[in-house]
Amino acid sequence: MKGASRVSAIQADKLTLSYGKKPIFSDLDLRIPEGRITVFIGSNGCGKSTLLRSLARLLKPEQGTVLLGGSEIAKLSGKEIARRLAILPQGPLAPEGLTVHQLVKQGRYPYQSFLQQWSREDEAMVNKALQATGMDELAGRSIDSLSGGQRQRAWIAMTLAQNTSTILLDEPTTFLDMAHQIEILDLLFDLNERENRTVAMVLHDINLACRYAHHIVAVKAGAVYAEGAPEEIVDEKLIREVFGMECQVTRDPILGTPLVIPYGKGRKVTARE
Amino acid sequence: MNNLLRTSPQKTAGLVIGIFVLLVCIVSSIVFGVADIKWRTVVDSFTAFNGSQEHLIIRTARAPRAFIAAIAGAALAVAGALMQGITRNPLASPSLFGINAGAAFFIVAASAFFGASGLSAFATLGFIGAAFTALLVYVLGSIGKDGLTPLKVTLAGASMTAFFSSLSLGVLLTGGQTFDQVLYWFVGSVAGRDMATFNSAAPYMGAALLGSFVLARHMNLLALGEDVATGLGQKTVFVKMGAAVVIVLLAGGSVSIAGPIAFVGIIIPHVTRYLVGIDYRWTLPYCAVLGGILLLAADIGSRYIAFPKEVPVGVMTAILGVPFFVYIARQGGRAHE
Repeated sequence: MKGASRVSAIQADKLTLSYGKKPIFSDLDLRIPEGRITVFIGSNGCGKSTLLRSLARLLKPEQGTVLLGGSEIAKLSGKEIARRLAILPQGPLAPEGLTVHQLVKQGRYPYQSFLQQWSREDEAMVNKALQATGMDELAGRSIDSLSGGQRQRAWIAMTLAQNTSTILLDEPTTFLDMAHQIEILDLLFDLNERENRTVAMVLHDINLACRYAHHIVAVKAGAVYAEGAPEEIVDEKLIREVFGMECQVTRDPILGTPLVIPYGKGRKVTARE
Repeated sequence: MNNLLRTSPQKTAGLVIGIFVLLVCIVSSIVFGVADIKWRTVVDSFTAFNGSQEHLIIRTARAPRAFIAAIAGAALAVAGALMQGITRNPLASPSLFGINAGAAFFIVAASAFFGASGLSAFATLGFIGAAFTALLVYVLGSIGKDGLTPLKVTLAGASMTAFFSSLSLGVLLTGGQTFDQVLYWFVGSVAGRDMATFNSAAPYMGAALLGSFVLARHMNLLALGEDVATGLGQKTVFVKMGAAVVIVLLAGGSVSIAGPIAFVGIIIPHVTRYLVGIDYRWTLPYCAVLGGILLLAADIGSRYIAFPKEVPVGVMTAILGVPFFVYIARQGGRAHE
């Protein structure tokens, strides 16, 4: 592929997206590098979720094409796509009483048909997904009895049972406390490291995005403002342009990734000897 | 939610027992009544019909009544479960979605303006009215850029119910004719139907029941939400359309042969979820069996509550249903959130 050493898991060409009659993106070109973690950042309402949804064929583009591993997504059947690409939408809601095991089993839907019902491989993939997310102990519990972090892990287990090389997630850490956010992102990081899965997600927290992403796509007002490795593109100017916020960008003392510290207001504490 | 029956063997056993109880109810419905009939005579009337008074009662009145109660109850319960799933509204049922009111209006209008009369004419008119209203509610609930949403379809159903009920009353009040038959139909009853009525509706209602069992697996996935289901490769439009067709055949069929019978479609899905949980592959068969049992039992009870006069079964289900309705409302519809 042009200019990049890595091949694209997903490639969008001349994409025009609109919600109702309101145009959101026009003529957008985008590549999601294979085997890496890509994170979309941008202010509320900038269209990053819309973009992710269109890459997962949940939103039909007005014009342009989305290529999934080289084949045009509009020409693939729903189940064919679902065997290659998993999408976890924002804030999914499970019906009351549904158990973790029942939820994760739904991840095998694209492999089943009227003739091909539950197979040994389905069972194996479900168990593997439960183990990878540490949910095997909780498999018999109902989703609504779990903590927020456990719930999100159960949903991620469902997408893992789908056994796809690419996973898209729309704000997987929203409404979670900091410990649970780290837990979820560590899990996704491991999946990428160990199994070389392509992960693309929308995150609100810029610092977490810088920490986990190999590749950041900064979206501003229906266009890609910048994309690249966080340490190369995230600076004061980008934050000012994309989020309209003054800040200082320093290094994360633990990992060395960019750390955004807003100016804003707050109490000032002088160090005491 | 802790459902009562947890393992598959338990659920299978429960279903077998349910089917047995259903058969007992059917036979009881034939045997008990103003004129009690011996069990032996019932068997004889089918195996060795001799044209006697008792055999005639069985074959022309009691048997069709029992069969209609069984299939109408099953259809209402399954339709209710599907509607509650599609709309994500725990109080959804044919009576709350304008289907009954639409059927009633077609019958009232046809008898007032075109002189339609007789239960078989009512059956056809009722079905057309039900299908028409369902289509109307579906279209009204789908207007707008985000397509069919639970809230819009619920509002459309409520407004269609109010609309057609008002029109029906208007026609009845200004018609100035005798509407005894129409009024009797309005309450919902399984009495006074002949076997031809049952035979006309049974094939498509049976097919729709089987169709609902095929849909069950797909309904389980759709319950996780439109986006998740699409993401897993489901053609959600087909599943929703399939469910809509099944609902129209079941709800329209039952209202056409038994009139608008309320509450079966609400009570039974909730009872089955309590028994077997939320997997549609179990809840729909359980709904069919338990719905049949409830309507048969209510119909048998309706013969004794004001003995020797009979009370229409629609009144019985309403008496049973209202406390249940309040109970669900007080739960805040948690079963579906």
